[in-house]
Amino acid sequence: MKNAKGIVFKYGDNVDTDVIIPARYLNSSDPAELATHCMEDIDKEFVNKVNKGDIIVATKNFGCGSSREHAPIAIKAAGVSCVIAETFARIFYRNAINIGLPIIECPEAAKEIEAGDEVEVDFDSGMIYDRTKGAEYKGQAFPEFMQKIIDAEGLINYINAK
Amino acid sequence: MGMTMTQKILAAHAGLDKVEAGQLIEAELDLVLGNDITSPVAIKEMEKMKVDGVFDKDKIALVPDHFVPNKDIKSAQHCKCVREFAYKNQITNYFEVGEMGIEHALLPEKGLTVAGDVIIGADSHTCTYGALGAFSTGVGSTDMAAGMATGKAWFKVPGAIKFNLVGKLPEWVSGKDLILHIIGMIGVDGALYKSMEFVGEGVKSLSMDDRFTVANMAIEAGGKNGIFPVDELAVAYMKEHSKKNYTIYEADEDAVYDEEYTIDLSQLRPTIAFPHLPENTKTIDEINEDIMIDQVVIGSCTNGRIDDLRCAAKVLKGKHVAKGMRCIIIPATQAIYMQAMEEGLLKIFIEAGAVVSTPSCGPCLGGYMGILAEGERCVSTTNRNFVGRMGHVDSEIYLASPAVAAASAVAGKISCPCRL
Repeated sequence: MKNAKGIVFKYGDNVDTDVIIPARYLNSSDPAELATHCMEDIDKEFVNKVNKGDIIVATKNFGCGSSREHAPIAIKAAGVSCVIAETFARIFYRNAINIGLPIIECPEAAKEIEAGDEVEVDFDSGMIYDRTKGAEYKGQAFPEFMQKIIDAEGLINYINAK
Repeated sequence: MGMTMTQKILAAHAGLDKVEAGQLIEAELDLVLGNDITSPVAIKEMEKMKVDGVFDKDKIALVPDHFVPNKDIKSAQHCKCVREFAYKNQITNYFEVGEMGIEHALLPEKGLTVAGDVIIGADSHTCTYGALGAFSTGVGSTDMAAGMATGKAWFKVPGAIKFNLVGKLPEWVSGKDLILHIIGMIGVDGALYKSMEFVGEGVKSLSMDDRFTVANMAIEAGGKNGIFPVDELAVAYMKEHSKKNYTIYEADEDAVYDEEYTIDLSQLRPTIAFPHLPENTKTIDEINEDIMIDQVVIGSCTNGRIDDLRCAAKVLKGKHVAKGMRCIIIPATQAIYMQAMEEGLLKIFIEAGAVVSTPSCGPCLGGYMGILAEGERCVSTTNRNFVGRMGHVDSEIYLASPAVAAASAVAGKISCPCRL
């Protein structure tokens, strides 16, 4: 898996799937269209500021609520290369892996990294480097099969390739 | 070391004698379900797979319920996609407008979910069927696609929290108050990755509709599933509704739980979750100010069943909703709608100044049929009160039982039947 590297957007506890992609936009399943409303109800400026490769950092229970896969799809299509959180809601966790959005649990990094920091994530080792602060954190490394799913850009491609 | 009820069901479906928390397993699925929002994404994913069709046309349920009857052109396109897939694959359990209902009320009623089943659904409230002693959990569209194609899904075996229920619920206190109380107690991630197993002599005093409500909101505590023991009431429900074979699993006596709580049902009070998280709960006695409201919604996969409507009718009978109040009542299925009509409940609602809608998830997720404007407040029997969930980002949702919702509609502010 390639390293993720980008500027951090920072959020708090319990970022739910309704603020990641409000249901009023779920009459579309087009990733590019969903991306234009990503994080809209919690951070109106997100879609204007985000650049390819940027990283979302949040504290506990990121992605709680609905099972909508549109949530990780919108984040990925917005260009985000990785989400770091203290913990993830379980359906969001599954969905992110299944569509090939890298996510990583690391309570210390989630607490200390701040908005605007430049961060790099090495998925093979689970290491998270805050280049702005010169800090480093050990996150949970992905099991090999999850890395393969993400490399294949999702579960379906992975199953097909097997 | 014994297994929890959930672990036993998973072990049996993975062909294993024993499983333990944290173990990764592949389990056979008894039912895979999706709705009009999640199924189109799953269908697109499944088309990428090198498979000839679905694993079993009888073990898939497709229920357009979120934005139907079609709320706009894009929703209509989604429903068309689901309909065409259902016809092409001869899906037995596709439910068109006119026969459909809100999925988690509909499928038990149609007898498609029974004790001992392993069920995945691309909808987070799939955990509802734990009320009947099934393992059921919400997944995303890709898992649904893989499930429809292969009839299997991988799971990490969950640990569990045991809720030992004692006593009986007082008047005007329901399963909704119980689950809101629990979420308030353990938090919205209190059961993250875990099963919530409800046991104890208090279970038998809960109606099936109460149990569906409790299991339904396990996800609101972060739970993987919620599950009840299968007693005479559950067996009677399955016999009335289903021809499927069911299997009763019981937790081992030496099953290991991460945490245990005892809850005395007789001590519970009407409980309300304040904006913007289901864990922000207060009992009616803890509310000392007048919280004026603009709208009430009674319905959803959480509280749109016949017991819920009967309770609302009992409160609304002979009364009228407050001036300026919009009270929207949504029976969850056609059968519930019909029963409410035959029992005269719809007449009570309409005479009280409420509107009654065809089954739909509509307002619960801010789809349509009751969207909130800036600054508006709603008391709702639904399951989430996140920012912007039912409309404008500056609107507010208060989650409550049908009794509290109906009383609040009459009072124009948060209230309960004992105060009317």
